[in-house]
Amino acid sequence: MKIEQVVFYIFSLLAILSASMVIFSKNSVKSALFLILTFFATAGIWMLLEAEFLALTLILVYVGAVMVLFLFVIMMLDVDIASLREGFTRYLPFGLGVAALLIIGLAYAVGGEKFGLNVITPLSIQPKVASNIVALGTVLFTRFLYPFELAGVLLLTAIVAAISLTFRSRSQRIAFIASKQIETRKEDRIKLVQFEIGKKNL
Amino acid sequence: MLENFLTLGWIMIKVVIIIVSLLLTAAYLSLAERKIVGFMQDRVGPNRVGPLGLMQPIADGLKLLFKEIIMPSRANQYLFIVAPILAIGPALAAWAVIPFQPEWVLADINVGLLYLLSMTSLSVYGIIIAGWASNSKYAFLGALRSAAQMVSYEIAMGFSVVGVVMAAGTLNLSDIIAAQSGGIHHWYWLPLLPLFVVYWISAVAETNRLPFDVSEGESEIVAGFHVEYSGIAFALFFLAEYANMTLVSALATIMFLGGWLSPFQGIPFLDQYLSWIPGIVWFMLKVSFFLFLFLWFRATFPRYRYDQIMRLGWKIFIPLTLIWIVVLAVMIKIGVGPWFS
Repeated sequence: MKIEQVVFYIFSLLAILSASMVIFSKNSVKSALFLILTFFATAGIWMLLEAEFLALTLILVYVGAVMVLFLFVIMMLDVDIASLREGFTRYLPFGLGVAALLIIGLAYAVGGEKFGLNVITPLSIQPKVASNIVALGTVLFTRFLYPFELAGVLLLTAIVAAISLTFRSRSQRIAFIASKQIETRKEDRIKLVQFEIGKKNL
Repeated sequence: MLENFLTLGWIMIKVVIIIVSLLLTAAYLSLAERKIVGFMQDRVGPNRVGPLGLMQPIADGLKLLFKEIIMPSRANQYLFIVAPILAIGPALAAWAVIPFQPEWVLADINVGLLYLLSMTSLSVYGIIIAGWASNSKYAFLGALRSAAQMVSYEIAMGFSVVGVVMAAGTLNLSDIIAAQSGGIHHWYWLPLLPLFVVYWISAVAETNRLPFDVSEGESEIVAGFHVEYSGIAFALFFLAEYANMTLVSALATIMFLGGWLSPFQGIPFLDQYLSWIPGIVWFMLKVSFFLFLFLWFRATFPRYRYDQIMRLGWKIFIPLTLIWIVVLAVMIKIGVGPWFS
């Protein structure tokens, strides 16, 4: 067995195990941490495909930012495990059905006959490109320019929607005006009063 | 087969050299911090252990090593132990791609800068998990503050890195340094000055150092995320913080101050006279300069208010970097100055 194969099986085993632990773990924080481990294992597999840009972007974006915010929210939840487990047997057949459908769909879409070794040329045979990023950038800005721009517009719409959903005008929230705070001088806030000793002041 | 093992062994030796020198740097950085801040506050600083107090970090390390790790009741046992490991792991792993001088780099990969960025973005996990697993409200508050702060400043930091990538046209750290050769005015601090300033302030915020250390905030939340930690577990957080400081300083050196390049490059006589100095000396001098800035900030600035930290990150740095990236694109297109022509 070649060393690449060993590394591949280690990472894929890790990915499958941690992905199932996301579901089976009793603690939601631990589930999120296992999801992070799954991302790591996937990034390792992509690294084997010499897709180093995608692998590192997966870690940077999903592990470094998205999952931090996930954890942020999950840690503040007070989840009662017992109530979560209540309907387990009742929903089990339905869940199994959905899982089976998903597996059949996946096997159909990315099965061996479409992504097998005899369909896709191994990397060592493919012509060497200067670097992964250069190749990706060239393709994105020439052949896939319209889909790329469309994805950008879609993301922009999502941003606008998210902000407009949570937006409150200045009258509805406590807002600091930084320039006013900075321009405040001692004289605006403090009044110095001269007291006379021995007399009734104020 | 034997050759493979020899290569592996050689890599392991290099890893050990890097990690040992890094940990020594972190240890002596703590002594330097106490000495320098002491000097700035008109005190002497530690001077009892060894000559001039030079054995102080060793004594501190031994003391922490032999202390008991106290496990808080109802803490999450696994995560409580895992958190310090997660804090120091990325801080050490990131050094794999740092070039110390020409050819002196453990892994000369094409996406070095991206790798570094993703490793620094991982350092937040140690803090968050420590805060949550401790089962203490102070630790949790510190962790939440730190998470929000690091996610916010990562964006500005990422954009300033994008500027460097645009200027150098590569993500390989050695190539980025090579692109800056030709003298002190060829380094990227000049054409990317706004990005340099934004990067450096974000780096201070990313490492949770003063004036951005609200995650520790000893006057408000005792010691923040590591309040429940003792012994070597605390020492790991401590080392991770100092290793991260050294890392962002090294990154600033590579991206904006020309890495191992001599500052006298291109100056007649001086260039030839000083050419015997190896690049790693210049590299370390520049990193020390940035580390000194950390300590200087600490002795100078009061702690930022939390809402002002967020305002600075989101409302000032992000627009500033975005605008400068557009300006930079124009500069590159028309080939300004000695940098892009």
